[in-house]
Amino acid sequence: MSVSANAPLIEVRDLGVHLNTSRGPALAVRGVSFALKRGETLGLVGESGCGKSVTALALMGLLPDSAVISGSIRLEGSELVGLSDANYCKLRGNRISMIFQEPMTALNPMHTIGRQVAEPLRRHTNCSAGEARKEAIALLDRVGLPDAAKRVDAYPHQFSGGQRQRVTIAMALACQPDVLIADEPTTALDVTIQGQILDLIADFVAERGMSMILISHDLGVIAENVQRMMVMYGGTVVENGATDAVFTRMGHPYTQGLFRARPRLGARKGTRLKTIAGTVPELADLPSGCTFADRCAIVEDRCRVALPIPVDVGAGHGVRCLRTDVSMAEAVGVLGA
Amino acid sequence: MSTPLSASVEVGATTAHPRLANGFWRRALRHRSFVVGGTLSLMVLCAALLSLVWTPWSAYEIDVASKLRPPSAAHWLGTDVLGRDIVSLLLVGARSTIMVGIIAVGIGLTFGVCLGLIASARKGWTEELIMRMSDFTFAFPAVLSAIMLAAVVGPGMVTSIIAIGIFQIPTLVRLTRGSANAIWAREFVLAARASGKGGFRITIEHVLPNVLPILIVQGTIQFALAILAEAALSYLGLGTQPPQPSWGRMLNDAQTLLFQSPMLAVYPGAAIAVAVLGLNLLGDGLRDLLDPRLARER
Repeated sequence: MSVSANAPLIEVRDLGVHLNTSRGPALAVRGVSFALKRGETLGLVGESGCGKSVTALALMGLLPDSAVISGSIRLEGSELVGLSDANYCKLRGNRISMIFQEPMTALNPMHTIGRQVAEPLRRHTNCSAGEARKEAIALLDRVGLPDAAKRVDAYPHQFSGGQRQRVTIAMALACQPDVLIADEPTTALDVTIQGQILDLIADFVAERGMSMILISHDLGVIAENVQRMMVMYGGTVVENGATDAVFTRMGHPYTQGLFRARPRLGARKGTRLKTIAGTVPELADLPSGCTFADRCAIVEDRCRVALPIPVDVGAGHGVRCLRTDVSMAEAVGVLGA
Repeated sequence: MSTPLSASVEVGATTAHPRLANGFWRRALRHRSFVVGGTLSLMVLCAALLSLVWTPWSAYEIDVASKLRPPSAAHWLGTDVLGRDIVSLLLVGARSTIMVGIIAVGIGLTFGVCLGLIASARKGWTEELIMRMSDFTFAFPAVLSAIMLAAVVGPGMVTSIIAIGIFQIPTLVRLTRGSANAIWAREFVLAARASGKGGFRITIEHVLPNVLPILIVQGTIQFALAILAEAALSYLGLGTQPPQPSWGRMLNDAQTLLFQSPMLAVYPGAAIAVAVLGLNLLGDGLRDLLDPRLARER
């Protein structure tokens, strides 16, 4: 225990993913590194198409065969990159699990929810059908599905969105995984349900000492649910650090832009939200320098030469920007505005 | 949205019968097209079974003296050009119709669905190979493959069944692969993979049940096509051989006398229509009943 408590449970080093898209080969993710110990939580934030989900799928080993993965992903010291699919199948749902964005489509409409929750148990443990069913009922009860024993034989269409997301959580947690990846678990749900689901996930993480990677485009969700966060843009991590530090200091112009684009309560009527001009670059056609250069207000010529190296601006707080001196001086103004 | 509320009431009702079979028959008997389709199909089946033990007259006995009789007490639907009793011919013909249909569609479904699922699950060169082979088979009409087959093993019912069966495969391969690809792209398949399932299990547990309703409906259509193909092959002398009657042969025999005694074509035509309609309705009903989303109390 003394050794494993300090060693990271999952360690990702310099992860890169090349995807073959219809528009040519694309560098979907590059230079992503992080390490999580048992019980630690990490948030991935960024707009659509910035590489969050690709990173998650790379961890799960679920990218298409044509994808080329470089770098290293280690689960308790054993390398996952290049692992055969048969061996990966033994890990998925057992040691690494994933919760998906769309609870409406993440369940098979043809099977009862009890069967779907029991499935990973049957697959990864030696329990009988009867035991798995009992365990499924207990799990469904634990995730707060009312009347679990009665509804275990119902089909997904007979549940509401929030209830279905509870079922997918039960499914993901059936085998008590070490690492949980939650890919926008509340995006498709009502705001009132969002809080309940996130609390439920947080309870499980604390209760079972799992590591969690929470993916979201919602800064509020990230702020309240994870210890550390990474801001992704154009397939790279542009800022990473403790959630508090990132939120108070905001080193990267992109992070600042995300904050400005948030709607705020109490803003004067008629105030327009500030947007980040331009669009996310095509991953098949990334600029050579900083990926954010084309949309950045404080861009200089040297930004376009090569991808900047992350700069430490505080303890464990890195910013991938050449102009942190300017951006961080301005950041004070952003929060005040 | 009142779905959650009404849904929970419904769950209480359905889970009172934990055994699916119970609920299935209860719902099935209330499903109109299932009942009508089932009845019509059952009629055809009964006719075929009845012909094994009893027919009003012999279907093989030729009595040219009493040819082309109108309906009477002795011959309920009259006689054909060789003086054979129409009712008896229809009853015995049902046998070959059902046999050709079931076996040919069985061949088509077995190979077509397996190959389609493999193509969809494996992708890459396996998929290419299967699809190009199916294109190749598709290029030959049933008639042509039957002629080729007949040249090798001689004409007859078995030849025509195999030829029709082979002719069904490419259609079903394409349909299965296309529908299966759509299922593979669904998120619950990704979720199943994320819970550690391999390609084979996903195919059996997730893909097949979801494409089954489409296959059932297509299966009934293929059955109809098989009956028609059998008629065409019989006409060319490659299918059911005389004196063995079949609805297709009866139709073709009747066509030379279309103006003298049009009813000769109407009877087997109506029989084919009843069989095809029955099967289509049955397929429709089955599709509804097998889909839990549509399995609401009506």
